Amino acid sequence: MHRTQVDYDLKRGKMMEFDVVDLSRLQFAMTALYHFLFVPLTIGLSILLAIMETVYVMTGREIWKRMVKFWGTLFGINFVLGVATGLTMEFQFGMNWAYFSQYVGDVFGAPLAIEGLMAFFMEATFVGLFFFGWDKLSRRQHLAVTWAVAIATNFSALWILIANGWMQHPVGSIFNPDTMRMEVSSFYDVLFNPVAQAKFVHTVSAGYITAAMFMLGISAWYMLQGRHLRIAKRSMAIASAFGFASALSVVVLGDESGYEANLNQQMKLATIEAMWETEPAPAAFNVVAWPDMEGRDNLFAIEVPYVMGLIATRSLDTVIPGIKDLVERSKDRIRQGAIAWDALQTIRNDPQGVGEDVRATFARNSDSLGYGYLLLPYTDNPMEATAEQIDAAAWSTVPNVLPMFYAFRIMVACGFFFILITAVFFYYSSSGQLDKLREKRRWLLHIAVWSIPLPWIACEMGWFVAEYGRQPWIIESMLPTAVGVSSLSVTEVLLTLAGFVALYSVLLVIEITLMIKYIGIGPDEDETADDARETSARPLAGPAPVPAE
Amino acid sequence: MVLYELIDYSTLKMIWWLLLGVLLIGFAVTDGFDMGVGTLLPFIAGTDIERRVVINTIGATWEGNQVWFILAGGAIFAAWPPLYAISFSGFYLAMFVVLAAMILRPVAFKYRSKRPDPAWRNAWDWALFTGSFVPALVFGVAVGNVLLGVPYKLDTDLRMTYDGSFFGLFSLFSLLCGLLSVSMLVMHGSVWLVMRASGDIARRARRAGTVAAGFGILLFALGGYLVSTGFVEGFRITSEVNPNMVANPLAKQVVTEGGAWMRNYAAHPILWLAPGIGFLGLVGTLLLLQTRLEMLVFAFSKSAVFGIIATVGVSMFPFILPSSIQPEASLTVWDASSTHRTLFNMLVATAIFLPIILVYTAWVYKVLWGKVDEETIERDNHTAY
Repeated sequence: MHRTQVDYDLKRGKMMEFDVVDLSRLQFAMTALYHFLFVPLTIGLSILLAIMETVYVMTGREIWKRMVKFWGTLFGINFVLGVATGLTMEFQFGMNWAYFSQYVGDVFGAPLAIEGLMAFFMEATFVGLFFFGWDKLSRRQHLAVTWAVAIATNFSALWILIANGWMQHPVGSIFNPDTMRMEVSSFYDVLFNPVAQAKFVHTVSAGYITAAMFMLGISAWYMLQGRHLRIAKRSMAIASAFGFASALSVVVLGDESGYEANLNQQMKLATIEAMWETEPAPAAFNVVAWPDMEGRDNLFAIEVPYVMGLIATRSLDTVIPGIKDLVERSKDRIRQGAIAWDALQTIRNDPQGVGEDVRATFARNSDSLGYGYLLLPYTDNPMEATAEQIDAAAWSTVPNVLPMFYAFRIMVACGFFFILITAVFFYYSSSGQLDKLREKRRWLLHIAVWSIPLPWIACEMGWFVAEYGRQPWIIESMLPTAVGVSSLSVTEVLLTLAGFVALYSVLLVIEITLMIKYIGIGPDEDETADDARETSARPLAGPAPVPAE
Repeated sequence: MVLYELIDYSTLKMIWWLLLGVLLIGFAVTDGFDMGVGTLLPFIAGTDIERRVVINTIGATWEGNQVWFILAGGAIFAAWPPLYAISFSGFYLAMFVVLAAMILRPVAFKYRSKRPDPAWRNAWDWALFTGSFVPALVFGVAVGNVLLGVPYKLDTDLRMTYDGSFFGLFSLFSLLCGLLSVSMLVMHGSVWLVMRASGDIARRARRAGTVAAGFGILLFALGGYLVSTGFVEGFRITSEVNPNMVANPLAKQVVTEGGAWMRNYAAHPILWLAPGIGFLGLVGTLLLLQTRLEMLVFAFSKSAVFGIIATVGVSMFPFILPSSIQPEASLTVWDASSTHRTLFNMLVATAIFLPIILVYTAWVYKVLWGKVDEETIERDNHTAY
């Protein structure tokens, strides 16, 4: 057997240099996190635009049309960067993760292609008509176009999360030694993967909150400034109701994700909780802790008894395994994986002549083939791995606990804060007291303004927990990330990484500047009869003097 | 009997080879004129209002057109996983250049009109040019390299190593293909502008399109000459071919030889229709662009794009990505596809959604159809790009 590039790369990775694997991961994380700055707002705001336009078509009141146009302008500024950065996402699996692409394309490619067929075409074709079709379509036709954009956007989230859900929980597929790849055995199972379904509803809810908090914050800013009050109050009413419902669902559905994780990705759950030892059921929840990777323990922890066991298992007597027990369990799978790896070498060196017994050995152990690959950084022949090498490979299945622990807690804290703040604003808007906020509770409006970045922080943390928490796997338990990489040079990946960072940074600065400029300009104030009547009826809704901040 | 066995594996591979062609041609025919228009923009329109006219002929619809490119990426991933893996990681830096350029395009369309500052607008005009010209050139260069064979090897794990460099992509023949691609798309974009704009812009577009069609004829003929005389060597499978084989590219023997890319025409003379339609489209555009038959010229221009891309496909069949340094590792229609089951499932999805896409795309074009001129821009000053 000749040495492959991956052995070489993995060896170098051990010496703590930046190698192609690290740089490719960094580039993927960077481009994905950046793409995910724009996507949640697009997902949520498209629905909010459709809701506002529905109100316009049902009531015929021009103010709702101006709201759609104003929020639509901000939507557009955000949308194009989602499209632009999405281009990279579609192609960089092949660019940087060629072996992964070859290994799983039969399964993973299909949802990506269907995403294009079902979602991207619809979204991209109708979004032009959304902006340019106001005078060319009837009200109802334009409303249908807006809903088409919103539905298509949400469909794209569905398909990409079916693809991602399969990476987290690879159902409906089997490894074929003759084609050296994973192949679909049940397309139905891939589509209705429970992990994918839980992720989809959790992620779109997060998008809805992002848009709601964005609209709430900007409306609060207008109210503090005493500008565009009529549009601000209506926007606030819509955003707080929509946001409150979404905040509740994101927490409940996030809990569903946690439950699925306990069934399928126990290591992810154990690192989120920094739970080193298996505790008697129901396990305690660590509110604060300082996990120590070297010492394999928490330097300190503040616990709430029983809560963890209840959330993750929804029972009083199911035991959640700790990190150390999971590492022990993975040792068995690594030994099995070595047998599978060895049988695979025999098969692929002589696919026609190989005996049925070797194929049978491979079939028996092929579920653990991925664990066999985990030994490659430590030995050229996994079958001869020493106990120390197996121990090291087993511990490589643990992602760094500290960032997992805190990223999760930041996300959850944001989630509960969103419930609180949207509930408060929902109360004020539904009881008709939004003006009272301007008079007596200005601090609440300030909080809404300063909360604008929080949903983005929560979304990025959520991405981190889901994706970093899957490491060292690119396909959970099937293919280590380091094996999936392309055969590129460090220079090539450094060049593109630097290029993406530079290009994306410039575009982000331009985007934020334009966003601020157009928020500053605000919606068109068109004093029609309809507007004037309302202004005189409610004195506070008129252009008030801008109070000193 | 399971459902997917309704269609034979080899037939499905054939269908997906045709669909790959449909996607690439769909991309070149629709987003092609967007790229042509973007390439022409700084040269064909001087004042801001003229440039806005040019941009707004494609402003509302280019985004849907670009999805053909994204869909091609996804469909290649699903139907031809090794092609997706080898081509994009092999052409790594070239792909980065294409992506970086294409990323500028959506941003340029949207942000250009957000500030009146001339320097701001001029910068975005050049971003649009870059986002149009660079991909048009690099796609052509990439096709040239595919015809020449790409320097990659596969080991028995089917892990690919690439033995070329970014600058190695630019040879005499591949540059010729790159320039043919640019000429073809500039011609196509010019024809589009003749249809959708008027006055000075349309007049300049007629001239640019005529020149581009002329170059297209010369370059297409020269390319054909180089391939038919054996200056560019083709590839041929020498071992027995089993179209129903499992997809492992290492199970065959391949040789390189001059004239191999002409063998399909000798075996099936009907295939001469592909280059024939290409030439007919180019010549028809060249001759008729000065007349008022705008829709007819557009049909000729589309035929040229169709014929030129189809020529590449049928010349190489069954090869889709030959390897110049390990010919037996070349990817062919028969050994580089997904499984029988996946090809069938994806065909069902395509059969459902592609007709729907075509219907709503046609409706959107119909709603937005009409000449764009300086008056329409001034009337829609706020909404237009």
